[in-house]
Amino acid sequence: MKAKLSILLALTIVAALLIGCGEEKKGRGARSDVQEAALKTYVAPGDMDKYYLFKSGGHSGQVYIYGVPSMRHISTIPVFTPYPATGYGFDKESKEMLGGFTWGDAHHPSISETNGDYDGRWLFISDNANNRMARIDLRDFKTKQILGPIPNVSGNHCSSFSTENTEYILAGSRFSIPLPKGTFEKIEDYATKYKGVVAGIAVDPKSGTMSLGWEILMPPFNYDLGDAGKGPSKDWGFWTCYNSERATGKLEVTSTQKDRDYVAAVNWPAAEKAIKDGKFKMIGGVKVIDPKDVQGIVYLIPAAKSPHGVDVSPDGKYIIASGKLQSITTVFNIEKMLTAIEKKNFTGNEDGIPVLNYDAVKDAEVNVGLGPLHTQFDDKGNAYTSLFVESAVAKWKLGTWEVLDKIPVSYNIGHLTASEGDTKHPTGEFLVALNKLSHGRHLSVGPSQPEASQLIDITGEKMSLLYDAFTEPEPHYAQMIKADKLKPIEVYPKDENKHPKAIWDVKDAKVVRNGKNVEVQMVAVRSSFEPSSFEVNKGDKVTIYLTNIEQTTDELHGFGLNEYNINVVVDPGETKTIEFTADKAGVYPFYCTNFCSALHQEMQGYMLVKGSGGVASRKSPREKNLAIK
Amino acid sequence: MKKYIEKANVFFETPIDFRSRVLVVVGALMLLPTFFFPLWNLTLYSNQFPDGLVIDIYSSKLEGGKTPNRDDLKEINSLNHYIGMRALKEDDFTEFKWIPFVIGGVMLLALRVVVLGRMTKLVDLFVLFTYFGLFSLWSFYHKLYLYGHDLDPTAAVRIPPFTPPIFGHVTMANFEVYSFPDVGSYFMAAMPLFLLAAMWLSRKVHK
Repeated sequence: MKAKLSILLALTIVAALLIGCGEEKKGRGARSDVQEAALKTYVAPGDMDKYYLFKSGGHSGQVYIYGVPSMRHISTIPVFTPYPATGYGFDKESKEMLGGFTWGDAHHPSISETNGDYDGRWLFISDNANNRMARIDLRDFKTKQILGPIPNVSGNHCSSFSTENTEYILAGSRFSIPLPKGTFEKIEDYATKYKGVVAGIAVDPKSGTMSLGWEILMPPFNYDLGDAGKGPSKDWGFWTCYNSERATGKLEVTSTQKDRDYVAAVNWPAAEKAIKDGKFKMIGGVKVIDPKDVQGIVYLIPAAKSPHGVDVSPDGKYIIASGKLQSITTVFNIEKMLTAIEKKNFTGNEDGIPVLNYDAVKDAEVNVGLGPLHTQFDDKGNAYTSLFVESAVAKWKLGTWEVLDKIPVSYNIGHLTASEGDTKHPTGEFLVALNKLSHGRHLSVGPSQPEASQLIDITGEKMSLLYDAFTEPEPHYAQMIKADKLKPIEVYPKDENKHPKAIWDVKDAKVVRNGKNVEVQMVAVRSSFEPSSFEVNKGDKVTIYLTNIEQTTDELHGFGLNEYNINVVVDPGETKTIEFTADKAGVYPFYCTNFCSALHQEMQGYMLVKGSGGVASRKSPREKNLAIK
Repeated sequence: MKKYIEKANVFFETPIDFRSRVLVVVGALMLLPTFFFPLWNLTLYSNQFPDGLVIDIYSSKLEGGKTPNRDDLKEINSLNHYIGMRALKEDDFTEFKWIPFVIGGVMLLALRVVVLGRMTKLVDLFVLFTYFGLFSLWSFYHKLYLYGHDLDPTAAVRIPPFTPPIFGHVTMANFEVYSFPDVGSYFMAAMPLFLLAAMWLSRKVHK
């Protein structure tokens, strides 16, 4: 009955859409069979999506969670940028993790893997702006660690990509600089005195804690994207690079003179061993391998001009690099690569790094279309390559190299992500095109345009467009994982709360003064704060330990302190630390910002700050303006 | 009348036979589950809690439903505080201290019946246990009455005093409350039936 109803409902929607759009089909970008698409994407109220889609939020610094196939935005995980909605970046713990930065450029998310398949434990994501790496725990969907700025890594773009068992997360420099950081060298000396770095961030297999594994000194190219091998290529990490011209200035021209750039291949167990054997130098306080001194770790494979994405096929046999300025994507064969290395079939070297013979390593040049960027896979031996210039996705066959299908997208696709499409076992159900431009596909919102994410069905011979969704800037890569692989908690069990200042009974709430330090142990529970008011003196350092003693899902409480620029949200069973100096005298209300109960409005209190001088100590620009008038 | 008393005297002095003694043992064993299974269950359904908030009452403890995402007892107390109801706390129930003790005592008395093998002892056991069962029920009802009547006059939401249901279904504000005996009680109720059967089987056994 329920199923019938939902089909009926879907059909009604379909009918309405048909009537509404039937006339306007021409010249409006990618279109789909409305009826089929509606039935495949409709998730009835109360029903769940089949996949989680974790999209990087680009320069918003965050990670967005969508459900597939509904393409509903479910939630946002703040990572590199403060986010008052969840109080992230306002409490002591998350503030320290952010390390003073107020933004990041969240680029490529990577789910931890076991035997080359998503295990759903952690999500790693790189920061292109401030050279950091973050780890989100998928048990509670919270950012748990931010590593960095990583020494020597500059522009952490070719990151984060997980090795087969998440031994390492790959990282590296998009922008070569003189090393160590802080060194000055003239731009004219770029080709000789600037250095790139590729790195492996080690991951503790139990806790997920990241630490610096190894770094390798590289020629001053721009390391762009990467992927870790699997199966026969599992010991290798791959990075594309552009600007092998070692040019500066207007790179648009200067870096596009040669016909080929490179894919760098790093044997990471060999790098691990070199570090262990002491074959490194200390640069910027970390162990860095110089390939000039240690052979057998890094090789360069010539690739189509200005390559962008490099992706390893599910069987680990093929390494696929897409030259964004050509119409081909190049397929390299791991066995051929290993043979070439063994036979020293080199055509030259760059700063002591051997360059492999292109013809000996290459399996095919696939004519996919204009501006190929990234490749994903299905379970039937097909590859899907995004075509930026052409605004399309090409489907082609691994092995026969035949292009089977092409679907237009709206518009200018960057990354694409298929369901578990970068693992050993892609599910071959859905593909999301992460498009850079979306104009004309949504109600106009003025000049600031969102990005478009288009859901594509890849179960059939032909791809079919199912749905348009929109995202704030700017998803780069994304990961799509089967929903049943994640088992998140929704309440922090009381027993797990190890915060030394956590209290669980309103009777234990207290205010303790120690000189100029005032400590408040506060409880938040429907619908009050305890203590509901406290007094301090102007200039006191105030620390509030706020515990939400609820043990029920969805009972969140916020703590907003007026005119003190503070908003913290505590989840059920969580304790957070709020630190600030009471530098303004007067009476300041605090209140629950996260709607909690019928008496949510009553959940409020006052901080009373004794002292002379009133509000004069920190005037807002608006107050200053008022004063002038 | 005289004849009846004589008859009764004979009846009470009747020894009980092997079958009856077995039944008494089985009846006593029926009390074992009361240590492990809940006696009573209250479930509160609402739009926000389609799966229901659950309280299980055992002979020795009060236990709320517990999932990784919810502690039902805590939740019920959180909600009840709005109407000024005292928090349901194990310590407030003296029953949890004496009920398991009494059940143990009853089992010992059953053993005594088996050893001494007289109808009079069996009747004692039956009467005592029935009294204990009824008293426990009244005590439970009284507790519910107190919780529903001893409401904090300063509560945010003031409602007329009430008694939560002991048996059956009732609508309270946004909750549908169901209150029914649970596994332990069913076993407990079976005990006197075994005793009655034991009496019945040995009613005509002579000295």
